[in-house]
Amino acid sequence: MTALAALIRRDVRIALRVGGGALIGVLFFLTVVVLMPFAIGPDIPLLTRLGPAILWLGALLASLLTLDRLFMADHEDGSLDLIVMGRTPLELACAAKALAHWLAAGLPLVVATPVLGLLLNLDATATSAVALTLLVGTPALTFTGMIGAALAVTLHRGGLLLAVLVLPLSVPVLIFGVAASQAVIVGPTPFGTPFSILCAISLVSFVVGPFAAAASLKHGLD
Amino acid sequence: MTLIDLANPTRFLALTARVLPWLIAATAILLAAGLYRSALAPDDYQQGATVKIMFIHVPNAWLSMFVWGVMSIASLGTLVWRHPLADVAAKAAAPIGAAFTFLALVTGSLWGRPMWGTYWEWDARLTSVLVLFLMYLGLIALWRAVEDPSRAARAAAVLTLVGAINIPIIKFSVDWWNTLHQGASVFRADGPTMDRAYLIPLLIMAVAFTLLFVTLHLAAMRNEILRRRVRSLQMMQASRVAFSSETGAGSREATASKQTGAA
Repeated sequence: MTALAALIRRDVRIALRVGGGALIGVLFFLTVVVLMPFAIGPDIPLLTRLGPAILWLGALLASLLTLDRLFMADHEDGSLDLIVMGRTPLELACAAKALAHWLAAGLPLVVATPVLGLLLNLDATATSAVALTLLVGTPALTFTGMIGAALAVTLHRGGLLLAVLVLPLSVPVLIFGVAASQAVIVGPTPFGTPFSILCAISLVSFVVGPFAAAASLKHGLD
Repeated sequence: MTLIDLANPTRFLALTARVLPWLIAATAILLAAGLYRSALAPDDYQQGATVKIMFIHVPNAWLSMFVWGVMSIASLGTLVWRHPLADVAAKAAAPIGAAFTFLALVTGSLWGRPMWGTYWEWDARLTSVLVLFLMYLGLIALWRAVEDPSRAARAAAVLTLVGAINIPIIKFSVDWWNTLHQGASVFRADGPTMDRAYLIPLLIMAVAFTLLFVTLHLAAMRNEILRRRVRSLQMMQASRVAFSSETGAGSREATASKQTGAA
């Protein structure tokens, strides 16, 4: 337990340090949201209607951008080999790394959402709905994305291949995250139905992600 | 003859060389019979002649999921049993499965235009099959991104098993969500709701397409084995050339020093 806590603390500290690159995700999120009015036009009612979708897409792309940091830096300095060889089960270590990554890169996205909601003219209930769905949904993005990050580090390939592998897996999260936020704004389905499915997807990803990532690290590293 | 006997690629090649002609013949006969029966099937009272798209569309859609199932079993073979031909099977199946999925999407969209009034609708079944198609393409991209086949095999196996979660979602999407795409009408607890005039040609076509997959898959596996042999032969050749040029340079030096010694 102390080993996992130490791992989480170390990863968060490295990610928040100069050169860690975690907060660049928030900057990217902001840039994507600011770009949207240029593409769609400064049509406030339309932006309000598309708001949840824009915020969700921005968060999805921003979390994708930081994913290859998850194992790559540890692979480069050799500490990933120590984690794989260590006495802590690799599945738990992967889960701890993903949790740390979410704390450093996912949680700031959720915190930034209310500010970005103002840019898209979302009212308080809509903004809080989007923030709540992002709070539940971004861990699922991190934990499924971790599978792609583990594959990428064993193959020494990152970038586009990682995006191509991870994005199809994150489609259900996107569907139910946006559906739950839209349910608050326009109805007619209650918020609870898509939101509980989103929670279920997150819980499933907590189980599947660490096991799949650990399997690909175990079989792939040499 | 068990599965482990096929671990020897040479034995696999010999066996498939004997089996493949029979498989090709059976596929051709069943496909001809199925197409003939489909052409003779009566027009639907509502859909008219377009109902016959079903005889192509439904087998393709079944196989798009079946092929991912085959790849999942092959991936277990790679990760758990370390069967030497498992990754060959998984790699050979991916493009075939992508083709079946693509055909299911295209025929479905051509059928949807006259029946639903639209080529494409973002309903649960259509969307999940499209995601399946994207995952096939991602898997092929993964196979092509890495040069060493055994390294790519383990990564692809993990991805295949994770992607297998999508298969039950596709199968039950029409039951879980109230969608435009109709529910199951063949594999149901209370028996098929389809008339025999349509059911029999459909089942013949389904068997014919499955045989087509088996034939194409075995042929593709043979090609893949031969391709790997060519690759290892080329690498041996390259290393022999490099080695002999090295020793050649050494011997030249030796002769040169001998000559200077003689002089």
